[in-house]
Amino acid sequence: MIWPAVIAGSIGCYLLKLAGYVIPERFLEGERLRRLTALLPIALLAALVAVQTFSVGTTLQIDARLAGLAAAIIALLLRAPFLVVVLVAAITAAVLRATGLAG
Amino acid sequence: MFTGASQFALVGVLGAGGGALAAVLTALLLGARNSLYAVSLRPFLRDPHGRSTPWWRVLGRAQITIDESTAMAIRYPEGTRQARHAFWTTGVAIFVLWNLGTLVGALGAAALDDPRTLGLDAAVPAGFIALLWPRLRDRSAVALALVSAAVALALVPVLRPGLPVLAAALVAVAAERLTRRRT
Repeated sequence: MIWPAVIAGSIGCYLLKLAGYVIPERFLEGERLRRLTALLPIALLAALVAVQTFSVGTTLQIDARLAGLAAAIIALLLRAPFLVVVLVAAITAAVLRATGLAG
Repeated sequence: MFTGASQFALVGVLGAGGGALAAVLTALLLGARNSLYAVSLRPFLRDPHGRSTPWWRVLGRAQITIDESTAMAIRYPEGTRQARHAFWTTGVAIFVLWNLGTLVGALGAAALDDPRTLGLDAAVPAGFIALLWPRLRDRSAVALALVSAAVALALVPVLRPGLPVLAAALVAVAAERLTRRRT
């Protein structure tokens, strides 16, 4: 089910963009809709951060990913660019695992 | 798919064992903001002489409508050549580089035994928080992020993978209602 999901998601995401150009503006101009679409990424991205940090299937666990996330937050506070943030997190987790300090 | 957060989310949900439907829904909810970007971009990309835009150019515009191309275009006055130029150069440049990056990642991942050894599982939440970071502009945004994260974590043991993240969309809906009542 990976490729069907990728294809369906790709078409859907493209149509959402196209809709903004071809649908009459009055259908998309509601203040409520505008605010909700601004809030959705915050809620979903935060949930993804939490779930991807702590979950293994349907269980929660603390491991090297949490140290990686902490390192990423420090990098963000230091205004590091996206790639650096991601690399810092990966390297932190990899080093902790290689030295046996975290699972 | 050319909208980074949705791409990461789709892969993230599938990789965590979530269903295809949950993965696609999460990606679409994250991509919904692009519709509003397109609406706000209309006056900026409008032809100054009032000519209508050919359909193939609208199709192209739609594909490269993302955070970055929108941000670059709206720095210039509406309907100017600079606005259109900023939109297209930013969008096309990122489109090419982003998809090259995806290709390298896909080929590279096939050569790996265990992505955990390289800490790649830790790179995933780091990517998401880097996308989230610039959106945490005020206290209510931070509060929404914390509540969404807590709700999703609480639901991990009871729902199928992928669904806890979707439940966070309901937190956003509740937050919108709450703040509307107050204003």
